[in-house]
Amino acid sequence: MAKVLPLADGIAELVHDGDVVALEGFTHLIPVAAGHEIIRQGRKDLTLVRMTPDIVYDQMIGAGCARKLIFSWGGNPGVGSLHRFRDAVQHSWPVPLEIEEHSHAGMANRYVAGASGLPFAVLRGYTGTDLAKQTDTIKPITCPFTGEQLTAVPALNPDVTIVHAQRADRAGNVQLWGIAGVQKEAVLAAKCSLVTVEEIVDELEPKPGAVILPNWAVTAVAEVPFGAKPSYAAGYYERDNDAYQAWDAIGKDREEFGKWLAGIVGVKA
Amino acid sequence: MNYTSDEMMSVAAARALRDGMSCFVGIGLPSTAANLARRTHAPDLTLIYESGCLGAKPTRLPLSIGDGELAETADAVVSVPEVFNYWLQPGRIDVGFLGAAQLDKFGNSNPTVIGADYADPKVRLPGAGGAPEIAASCREVFVVLRQSSRAFVDKVDFVTSFGHGSGKGDRERLGLRGAGPTLVVTDLGLMRPDPETSELTLTELHPGVELAQVYAATGWKLKVAENLSATPEPTETELRILRELKKASE
Repeated sequence: MAKVLPLADGIAELVHDGDVVALEGFTHLIPVAAGHEIIRQGRKDLTLVRMTPDIVYDQMIGAGCARKLIFSWGGNPGVGSLHRFRDAVQHSWPVPLEIEEHSHAGMANRYVAGASGLPFAVLRGYTGTDLAKQTDTIKPITCPFTGEQLTAVPALNPDVTIVHAQRADRAGNVQLWGIAGVQKEAVLAAKCSLVTVEEIVDELEPKPGAVILPNWAVTAVAEVPFGAKPSYAAGYYERDNDAYQAWDAIGKDREEFGKWLAGIVGVKA
Repeated sequence: MNYTSDEMMSVAAARALRDGMSCFVGIGLPSTAANLARRTHAPDLTLIYESGCLGAKPTRLPLSIGDGELAETADAVVSVPEVFNYWLQPGRIDVGFLGAAQLDKFGNSNPTVIGADYADPKVRLPGAGGAPEIAASCREVFVVLRQSSRAFVDKVDFVTSFGHGSGKGDRERLGLRGAGPTLVVTDLGLMRPDPETSELTLTELHPGVELAQVYAATGWKLKVAENLSATPEPTETELRILRELKKASE
């Protein structure tokens, strides 16, 4: 049964140095506040997993939380590149960052395999690309029924997956709607999970197309209003496109980033 | 009629989309063109975004692939595994509409790294996203990209999305089912793969553009089709709708 706790306690309890940690949310419902709490608590040597590392992963990478990144698209959506990510890959700053690079289809299928309790997933993917040459976790496989050549990718089973949702009830049942990305698969694939929510309510009113994560499939729930900002939460607030654009200048410069980081950690620069 | 080369590019790209098609849309230039097409000659164009929005009808141009506007106006919002596995992979989608950072003469594209050494790149770019499977599985692929010798190279540094490989027949040999890139739209003209060799060849030139400009902005010795034609200028309606769309998105 999910326990309801403050965000800082959830991170302290569930995220440890060296863990494989996935924060999911496809443009929508990105668990940004949880990422900031990981920075604040000074986690290190994490293997960060995410289909679309965007500015919160840029921030965690720049803060030195990550040793490795497993991903399929690392950019600032609609704006351009992630400069902390780029600095880490090109100049090992602040620490070297190993990368394991996939396509979206490959990452999505890796979570599906993880959620399904299977060791790998099969897809038509990566054919003819150099990704298959650079990434060890992409292998050819022959269909035992037709002899067709396909591609296998191993399951992802993070130590902990963190997602953000619109709401939960007091028993810890979680409800999210709108673009649901790969969050259900990422939570079910993980050894434990933390869900931050906009609000905790007495009763979950049904919503068309909503994803429900029952409380026995979730480890912990923390109420964090605006916990997805500057991404958005359908029904609560819109995406802050200006903040994404503003990040470009902050992320580009190590000193500017240092000032931002000092603000997050709560020390004077 | 006054218009910019970027407007000509968006209009030319929009015209390539036929009404009733389904289109897997990349963000940026492809999304602009696809939304223009839906507002002009192709009201029944189905737009599919990789965030899981099927049949999105945005009233303004989305900044990201997962803007709330796309979900709110979609016929259905499905999960990311579903959009790739059930909708893209079986070959249900007519056209994949993509941008690129680097494109070569056989339509292979690279949004991953600049430089020959993947482990120590000159520039690290965002990476593949949905592109490899979009390029593999859609019935055909259109690419829209501003033309420069930096972007249009003889051979990409990294093959992220397989186009025609090293020439005619490579896709069939690998078992890829879609036709691959059949059209490249730039701010200078249109290119299509040569039917014999699959090498991208200039087939249309935008009004006011000199051939020498196109040669200078292409990193390989570009071939020109025998029946090179001129792109019709944007109409007043096309320009008005494109500008309204851009204005609504500011």
